[in-house]
Amino acid sequence: MNKQFWLKHQKAIGPVVSLLVIILGTALLTPGFLKLQMIDGHLYGSLLDVLHRGTPTALVALGMAVVIGTKGIDLSVGAVIAICGAVAAVLTVNTDWPVIVVLLAAMGAGMACGLWNGFLVAVLGVQPIVATLILMVAGRGIAQMITGGQIVTFHSDTLNAIGNGFFLAVPIRVWIAIFIVAFTMFLMRKTALGMFIEAIGANARSSRLVGIEARTLVVIAYMFSGLCASIAGIILAADIRGADANNAGLWLELDAILAVVIAGGALSGGRIYLGLTMIGVLIIQTLTTAILTSGLPAQYNLIVKATIVLLVLLIQSPRTRQTISAYLARKGARKDV
Amino acid sequence: MFNERSLPMLATLVVFFVLYGYGFVEYKGFRDSLVLTNLLTDNAFLIVTAVGMTFVILSGGIDLSVGSMIAFIGVLMASLITGFGMHPILAMIISLVVGTAFGAIMGYIIAHFEIQPFIVTLAGMFLFRGLAYLINLDAVPINHPFISDLADIYISVPGRGGLTFIAIVMLLAVAAGIIVARRTRFGMNVYALGGDTQSAELLGVPIKSTQIRIYALSGFFSSLSGVVFAIYTGSAYPLAAVGVELDAIAAVVIGGTLLTGGVGFVFGTFLGGLIQGVIQTLIAFDGTLNSWWTKIAVGGLLFLFIILQKVIVHWVRRYSGNRGSA
Repeated sequence: MNKQFWLKHQKAIGPVVSLLVIILGTALLTPGFLKLQMIDGHLYGSLLDVLHRGTPTALVALGMAVVIGTKGIDLSVGAVIAICGAVAAVLTVNTDWPVIVVLLAAMGAGMACGLWNGFLVAVLGVQPIVATLILMVAGRGIAQMITGGQIVTFHSDTLNAIGNGFFLAVPIRVWIAIFIVAFTMFLMRKTALGMFIEAIGANARSSRLVGIEARTLVVIAYMFSGLCASIAGIILAADIRGADANNAGLWLELDAILAVVIAGGALSGGRIYLGLTMIGVLIIQTLTTAILTSGLPAQYNLIVKATIVLLVLLIQSPRTRQTISAYLARKGARKDV
Repeated sequence: MFNERSLPMLATLVVFFVLYGYGFVEYKGFRDSLVLTNLLTDNAFLIVTAVGMTFVILSGGIDLSVGSMIAFIGVLMASLITGFGMHPILAMIISLVVGTAFGAIMGYIIAHFEIQPFIVTLAGMFLFRGLAYLINLDAVPINHPFISDLADIYISVPGRGGLTFIAIVMLLAVAAGIIVARRTRFGMNVYALGGDTQSAELLGVPIKSTQIRIYALSGFFSSLSGVVFAIYTGSAYPLAAVGVELDAIAAVVIGGTLLTGGVGFVFGTFLGGLIQGVIQTLIAFDGTLNSWWTKIAVGGLLFLFIILQKVIVHWVRRYSGNRGSA
C-alpha cells in the first residue's frame, strides 16, 4: 500500500486497530468468541450477536454523526425511540392497519420529533444540547401517554421478523441497518449534501454567504436523526414484542455519542465520519458482549466503557497532540544538528 | 436589581406563585404549611444538586455525572457505615471528600486537556454508576441510631408542617451557594468565565484553576446530595437518582440561568427546583392526572423559559445599541 493511502486513511488507523485489538483480546479470553455456526440455515455466534445487538445503536449513531456534523447534538434519541416504539405497538394492537402503514406512522412520529428539535435549533437559535433536552425530559412522558402508562405487548408476524428474523442466514435487522448506513454514506459522499452539512458545522456564517440554505439543512439533519431513532425504536419494540416507555432506548443516546467520539468525530462539528462511527459502534458493542461472555460480572461493563472512553479522549486531546508534536519536533531538530 | 439579568428569575418567581396560588385556591389541603415543608424535604436532594449545577452552567459548562454521583456516594456511605462499622459522621466526611475529589479530577481533565465538559462528565456518569454497582448490587438499608436520629429531627412551624434535617441542610446549601456566587472572588470568576472566557483571561481570571474548582464544587454538592438522599430514603441503591442530572439542569434553566453562561442566580435555581416539586404535588392533589404529566409539564416549562430568555436577550441587544450585554 502506498503512502497516499495511509495519509488519506490516517484517521481510521486508531479506531480500526482498537477494534481488532478488542476482538483478538476477547477471543483469547473467551474461547469460541470467533466461532460462527450454521444452525437451520441461520448463522449463530458471538460476532453475529455483536451485529444483532448493535443495530439499534448503529442506527442512532448514524443520525447522531450527521447531527454532530452540523455542530449539534441530539440528546432526545432515547425518548424518540420510546415514542416511536409506543406508536408502533399501540397502532398494531388497536387498529387493523396494514403493517407498512403502522411502520410509516412510527417513522413519521420520529421525523416529527426531529422537526421539533430542528425548529428549535435552526429557527429559534436554541443551543442543541438544550433544545434536545426538552424532548429528552418530556419525551418519555409523551411515550407513556401513548401507551397509557403500560407496557403494550403485541403480536405481528412482520414485526417479529424485523426483530428476530433471518434473511440469507443473517438477521433481518442487520440487513436493514446495512442498507440504511450504505444509503446514507452514498448520500453524504456522492452528493453535495454531505459537503453542505459539513460546511454548516465548520462555519455556519460563511456557508450562508456562499448560498447554503443552512436552516433547512439543519432541520433535515435533526429529522434524519429522528428517522434513524424511530427505526431503532421499531426494532427494539419488535425485539421484545412490546413497547416499554420507561426503558426502551434508555442511555442509547450516550452510546451513540460515544461511538461518534471514539471514531474521532469532533463534537465541534464540521466533520462526518460515518464509516468510522460504525467502527465506534462495533467497539462499544464488542466490549459489551465481551464483558458479558467473559463471565465478568455485568457491573464492570460501565467501568470498562468509561475507562476506555477517557483513554481515547486523553489520547485524542489537543494537549496530548501538542505534547507529542513538540516531542517529535525536538527529536527532529536534534537529528538535523 | 431590576434589570434584564434578573428578569428571567422574576418570571420564575411569578410562575412559582401562580402554581402555588392555584393549588392554594383549588385544594383545601394545599393551604397547610405541611405541603410547603414537604416540598422542601422531598426536593432537597434535587435542589442541592442543582445548586452545584448552577455554578457549572454559569461558567458555560455542563455536568452530566451528578445523578450517578448521588447513587455512588449513597452506596459508598452505606458500605462504610454497615460494612466497616464506621461512625456516620466520619463516613459522611469521607464521602464528601471522595465526591469533591472526583469532581476536581473531571475539572482537571476538562481544563488541562481541553476536552468538552459534556463528554468528560458523560464518562464520569458511566464511571460512578459502575463504581456504585461494584460496591453493591442491591439496595441496602443504612441502620445506625445516629442516622435515624438525624432523620427524626423536626422543627415545627405554624400549621402541621415542620423542617426536617435534610430540608435544613438544603436551605443552608442554597444560602452557601448564594454567598459563594455573589460575595466571593471565586463566584465573580465563575460569572466572568461564563460571560466571555477571553476577556476573563485578559482580566486576569485564572481560567484553569477556576474550572477545576467549579467541577470540584459540583462534585461536592452532588455528593452532599448523595448523603441527603441516603438519609431521606434510609437506604442506598446503585440505581438511585437515574436521570437527576436532567432534572437538575431543568431546575437551573427554569430558575432563569442562561445556558450560554454568565447570567443567573442560585436563588433562581432554588425556585426552579421547587417549581418541579409543586407541579408534582399539584398532579398528586388532582388525582386524575398520571405522573408522566410531570415530565411533560417540566418539558413545557423548560421550553417556555428558554423562549423567554431568547426574547429578553434579543430585546436587550436591540435596545442597548448592540452592546450585547447579555
